[in-house]
Amino acid sequence: MKIRLKVNGALREDEVEPRLLLVHYLRDVAGLTGTHIGCETSICGACTVLVNGEAVKSCTLFAVQADGADIKTIEGLAPDATTGGQLHPLQQGFWEEHGLQCGFCTPGMIIAAQQLLSRNPRPTREEIRKGLEGNLCRCTGYQHIVKAVEHAAARMNPQA
Amino acid sequence: MATAPLLGQRIKRKEDPRLIQGRAHYVDDIKLDGTLHMTFARSVYAHARLKSVDISAAQAAPGVVAVYTGQDIKGQLGFVPCAAGIEGLKVPDHPCLATEKVCYVGEPVAAVVARDRYVARDAADLVEVDYEPLPAVVDPEKALAPGATVIHPKLGNNMAFVATLDHGDWKALDADKSLKVIKQRLINQRLAPISMETRGAIASYSPGEDTLTVWSSTQIPHILKTQLAIMSGVDEARCRVIAPEVGGGFGSKLNVYGEEGVACFASKKLGKPVKWIEGRRENILGTIHGRDQINDVEVYVQPDGKVVGLKCRTIADLGAYHQLLTPAIPTFTALMILGCYNIPNVFVETTGVFTNKMATDAYRGAGRPEATYIIERAMDLVAQELNMDPADVRMKNYPAPKDFPLTLATGVTYDTANYPKTLKKVLKAAGYAKLRKEQERLRKKGKYLGIGLSTYVEICAMGPSSRMPAGGWEYGSVRIDPTGKVTVLSGTSPHGQGEETSFAQIVADGFGIPFDDVTVFHGDTFQVPMGIGTFGSRTTAVGGTAIYQAVEKLKKKMARIAAHKLGVKPSELRFSDSKIQTADAANSVSFGEIVGEAIFAKQLPPGIEPGLTEQCVFEPANFTFPFGAHVCVTEIDGDTGEVHLRNYFAVDDCGRILNPMLVDGQVHGGLAQGIGQALWEELVYDETGQVTTGTLMDYAIPRAHQFCWFDNEATETRTPVNPLGAKGIGEAGTIGSTPAVVNSVIDALQPFGVRHIDMPLKPEKIWRIIHAQRAGG
Repeated sequence: MKIRLKVNGALREDEVEPRLLLVHYLRDVAGLTGTHIGCETSICGACTVLVNGEAVKSCTLFAVQADGADIKTIEGLAPDATTGGQLHPLQQGFWEEHGLQCGFCTPGMIIAAQQLLSRNPRPTREEIRKGLEGNLCRCTGYQHIVKAVEHAAARMNPQA
Repeated sequence: MATAPLLGQRIKRKEDPRLIQGRAHYVDDIKLDGTLHMTFARSVYAHARLKSVDISAAQAAPGVVAVYTGQDIKGQLGFVPCAAGIEGLKVPDHPCLATEKVCYVGEPVAAVVARDRYVARDAADLVEVDYEPLPAVVDPEKALAPGATVIHPKLGNNMAFVATLDHGDWKALDADKSLKVIKQRLINQRLAPISMETRGAIASYSPGEDTLTVWSSTQIPHILKTQLAIMSGVDEARCRVIAPEVGGGFGSKLNVYGEEGVACFASKKLGKPVKWIEGRRENILGTIHGRDQINDVEVYVQPDGKVVGLKCRTIADLGAYHQLLTPAIPTFTALMILGCYNIPNVFVETTGVFTNKMATDAYRGAGRPEATYIIERAMDLVAQELNMDPADVRMKNYPAPKDFPLTLATGVTYDTANYPKTLKKVLKAAGYAKLRKEQERLRKKGKYLGIGLSTYVEICAMGPSSRMPAGGWEYGSVRIDPTGKVTVLSGTSPHGQGEETSFAQIVADGFGIPFDDVTVFHGDTFQVPMGIGTFGSRTTAVGGTAIYQAVEKLKKKMARIAAHKLGVKPSELRFSDSKIQTADAANSVSFGEIVGEAIFAKQLPPGIEPGLTEQCVFEPANFTFPFGAHVCVTEIDGDTGEVHLRNYFAVDDCGRILNPMLVDGQVHGGLAQGIGQALWEELVYDETGQVTTGTLMDYAIPRAHQFCWFDNEATETRTPVNPLGAKGIGEAGTIGSTPAVVNSVIDALQPFGVRHIDMPLKPEKIWRIIHAQRAGG
């Protein structure tokens, strides 16, 4: 089936099998391997991407269901950062506060945190923990992730 | 920009920019032209004979390139290796694909190679296996009983080994009627490591060059290279293993797996790259598990709380086959069973048992969490029995700091420690005396507050080669290129711990140069000539020391060149601010200039070789023994039986701290896993050997909101075992936390007269206890 969608701001048109998962489309067709697969049952959140601004687990969505959608992956968060531009405040927060170790859950965690901050600009620590409950991390014990999100929130929404 | 010395500072990680932008490359992110995808048909039975494996339908499926069974690889691909050396150990043949029978659910039966992963997955379901089911051996105690079904008939029975450690005058102890003997059975349940990235490998054989390159999500690229060369029959010199970005391991990737062998076999047969990426369900079935011991403990204690003897009979459920270190893990439990206490009499009998389950092996802590759980539960049982404060019992049994190095009845020599200091510090942080008063107040109101202690010591920085299965040294090299940039190669294979950063700190400080001028590489056996890997909290203490010593060698050489140029003695020169200079800075030459002198070699002093590259293989004389003290405060919901973590206080001593931010990260992650075991995690096999916790919907990996804030501090007792003074911190949190949580919950339930509950302390277990009491009373 043919799908047309926007990925990180660029329009794409691809012929895909109807059963192709969105995450495999992003990784194998669009070549965006920053989105990871951790469980295949929508539990771990490693595959979280933004679909029309909402955090979605891309391992349980077919690519064809994303036809017409506007998708953002970790690579699209601060596309200029590799050429000298700024990192997204969440990326910066994760770096400053040691919010990652192996890094496998990190892209999904950052995308989920972005949705959290868009809904609640200055969440409490408890709200951050609740807001990230769809994302598993096995390395950090979450404490530095909470601090990373706080760090980003303070910079993104200093007035809130 | 941080200024020197960098060691001891919170330096941001060099690893992070690629990871936070999704631009790192884990195995599945690597795409080679012409890659074929492999998947496995796996046993649905715990124990069955293979009557036939019909692959015709799978082979006929469009897009399928090849299907292999155990018969196809027989004689062409070696067995899955086991490196554990235990006297009298039985080692069953462990084929990469089952040949005559299957011995656990998830055992690979056939491999399907196809043009894409969906086709391969579909075709694996077309493999028709005719099984003749056999009785499943699930309970390790029943497995040892006479008449039990024998999993490996050639080995006679299901007992893989018995190891006994006996150092004690038991006659005298048994005759001493003043001693109390406290007995308790403790069950250390089976766990799944669950790194967020599952296992995976790409094997790429080039028929022209006769070279085999394997990208694997592994903690031990060099060991894997040797073993895959042996298994696949490719000359080791032509074998290369690359550990790319690795998404966590926790011991589960300290292994050589059959699937990696089959990928090599398939690539060799087909002359194309073959990629295998494990699914999560496969990961829970077919990646090693951790723990799974039954420990029957007896504690001999004087009326004043002094423990004089400890006995433990351990049954270790090894699963059906040995993986790399399977039988060795429970022997670590015996070694560390005395914990922080100098108990003069010890007896441990460890029986390794085959069952129809996946192999157990190293999972974060690997035998030491079990030891710590045994001794720390025992200390609380002593306190309960003698009506003493658990902190007093511990204090009473600690050796004094001046007693170190201290050889215990287990034969292990602890390097350095100050146990009273960490305990006092954590009690102060927790406000222990106040907490006890609060507990008393709340109990009167029918509320259940628990205060749990655990003080641990662990054995790490593994280790002296004489005590390790296949070498315990580590390799490091340092090279300076003409631009003055420094390349560091390490034989370790970090996968989240952050040594690209801490190693660079060591090197930048050593040379007195900017941190950004140092780049650390690891994980590629063609780039790093030798190595052991990352496990056993060894990377910094052993691997870091190798690098430190390589830096020292290079500095000696550079000092000789600089001295020749400046007309001073090499011993007068110091390295700082990108200069090599005398202490008074009167004579000085830039670091870059000496780099040029050394490499372009126009006027080298006689006897000095051109170039700036040095290596070191560091062999530690002993293990190191980090320690710590934890306090866990819990509240029990009397209506639901739920355990609420209110506070967690930890004081950990990992020797010298190179980067406190990384240490905090290791501690937090370790705590989360140890608490996970205490409260939620459990890998369950039913009586037929089926896994009932086979997805992350059923296996309870803790989430962010389940934890309280971790208040962790440190003390720094350096080790003389390596010049860095660093001990290791990778596993401490896991080792210390499990008993602290269980002790806390049992403490909370004192009003119900609870003596022990086995993990995980799920609400239903606690609710039943509370409810039975309420109903009864």
